[in-house]
Amino acid sequence: MKLTTGEKLFNAANLFILAIVGLLCLYPFLYTLSISLSTATEASREGFHLYPKDVSLVSYRMVLSNPHIVTGYVNTLTRTIVGTILTLMMTCVAAYPLSRREMPHRSLITFIIVFTMLFNGGLVPGYLLIKKLGLINTVWSLILPILITAFNVIIVKNFFQSLPESIIESARIDGAGEWTILFKLYIPLSKPVLATVALWTAVAHWNAWFDALLYITDDKRQVLQTFLQRIVIESSTQMMELGITDTSVVQFTGETIKAATIIVTILPIICVYPFVQKYFVKGIMLGGVKG
Amino acid sequence: MTDATRNPVFDKYRRHLGLISMVVPVLAFFLIFHYVPMVGLVIAFKDYVMSDGVFGSAWAGLDNFARLFGSEDFPRAVGNTLTISILRLSVGFFFPVILALMLNEVRQMGYKRSIQTLTYLPHFFSWVILGGIFLMIFGGAGPVNAAVKLFGGKPITFLTNDAWFITILIATGIWQGAGWGAIIYLASLSGISPSLYEAATIDGANRWQQTLHITLPCLVPTMITLFILSLGGILTAGFDQIYNMYNFQVYDVADIVDTYVLRRMMALDLGLATAAGMFKGVVGLVLVVGANFFAKKISKGEQGVW
Repeated sequence: MKLTTGEKLFNAANLFILAIVGLLCLYPFLYTLSISLSTATEASREGFHLYPKDVSLVSYRMVLSNPHIVTGYVNTLTRTIVGTILTLMMTCVAAYPLSRREMPHRSLITFIIVFTMLFNGGLVPGYLLIKKLGLINTVWSLILPILITAFNVIIVKNFFQSLPESIIESARIDGAGEWTILFKLYIPLSKPVLATVALWTAVAHWNAWFDALLYITDDKRQVLQTFLQRIVIESSTQMMELGITDTSVVQFTGETIKAATIIVTILPIICVYPFVQKYFVKGIMLGGVKG
Repeated sequence: MTDATRNPVFDKYRRHLGLISMVVPVLAFFLIFHYVPMVGLVIAFKDYVMSDGVFGSAWAGLDNFARLFGSEDFPRAVGNTLTISILRLSVGFFFPVILALMLNEVRQMGYKRSIQTLTYLPHFFSWVILGGIFLMIFGGAGPVNAAVKLFGGKPITFLTNDAWFITILIATGIWQGAGWGAIIYLASLSGISPSLYEAATIDGANRWQQTLHITLPCLVPTMITLFILSLGGILTAGFDQIYNMYNFQVYDVADIVDTYVLRRMMALDLGLATAAGMFKGVVGLVLVVGANFFAKKISKGEQGVW
């Protein structure tokens, strides 16, 4: 196809603008990485800090020797791994009966689940429930409330419905029960959508902080994001509350440590991101926006 | 003794015992973790005393709601929430659409994928992380102020000035969400039949006309669906982002319903906090259901989320 001059110009402009958009998305992370690797004096220098001119690993040494960070890492990993496995299993168990037309009261049950996307009890009743159940300061307070979400159930249910019904018929002739059909047939056939749900859940667990802020008061059980929040945000807010908006008067070691803590926290996601990002997107395509 | 197998209703359940054994724990989960807290909303109508419990506390009628709307902070918080949400909806809503259209025009697949990967990168980080990064970037000695100085301006107190803070809130919100939002539109775009474009080309339509008359109309149903869903969050306004970026100097414009609820809860004024949360939840529900009804009505049942 021959392109007109106007179209060529449009294409060039389009590619150029998109390149800027891409760089804008990347820059804040580059800046943080650069600051984290800089010496305190270099970090306090005004500029764009695209790369560290004066490299120092001191802040990383300090961050990694902070016992809070190590504890936080272990606790966050625990909630992420246990939470993701349980969510995957329970999402399948919830989605499977809803994908079957012969399920009694199917539309009522679907409504009960989907309604939770539109309305919830809110902060206080949720907190009192966790307290009443005795889950405060346990990893379960971080896993159970988000164990099954309506959104995940719908995505997986839609995928299950796209599987051919003939596989159920033949399995049934072989005498397989529903649990066997789900775990031996459906789940192995649903790897792409389950990979998506697993990744969404894992990222959600890794990033979650508000539940830990509410439900975890014991530092030994606290998660990484909360420790990061204390280091990063509270110190900035304190400075502002003291009326110090010119950060250059404040010890710049603080900035490099903040940046290093951020990098240490996002590192696992950055490392797996290039390999798994296609699965993140796949789920939206597979499940569709509409329920 | 009646034989259970002869009762047709009983029989239906018996035949599906396997499926029912899956549904029971799932329903139990939703009842405990979602519907019990909804029952807990009665706290909003009580003079809640922790030691008396939810059901032991005395009824207070609408006292909590009267206190809520009679206070100075709550109406301000509702106003702030609406301002921020409406700004997000009006300014931010079209960024994912435009980004998707631009990406859709790129013929170099590798380039397209790379840009896409970069644009939804921010979606994968919490606002604890992003807030921390932006506090540095917009801070007094950060790179944005370095750029301002480079162009001869005076350093700007982005984070403590009301108008600047809201601007940054909206801008960084778009920065974080546009790439991810574009995925849904790109999915809709890939579903458009190529024959439509072929026919248009034969009729002599250029690419701009094709975008205007084929691509955009095909995105409208997705846009309506997303718009309806986002109305439900109009009193939410992005708690995670605001909590991790605001400070007391911008409370006048940045204190939203959710931060208000949290503050009342921390002050152990649980009746008031519950009432405020309930107000927010009911408004969201009414808006989504209403918008869906309206969308269905004007499109004669073709549009709408359900």
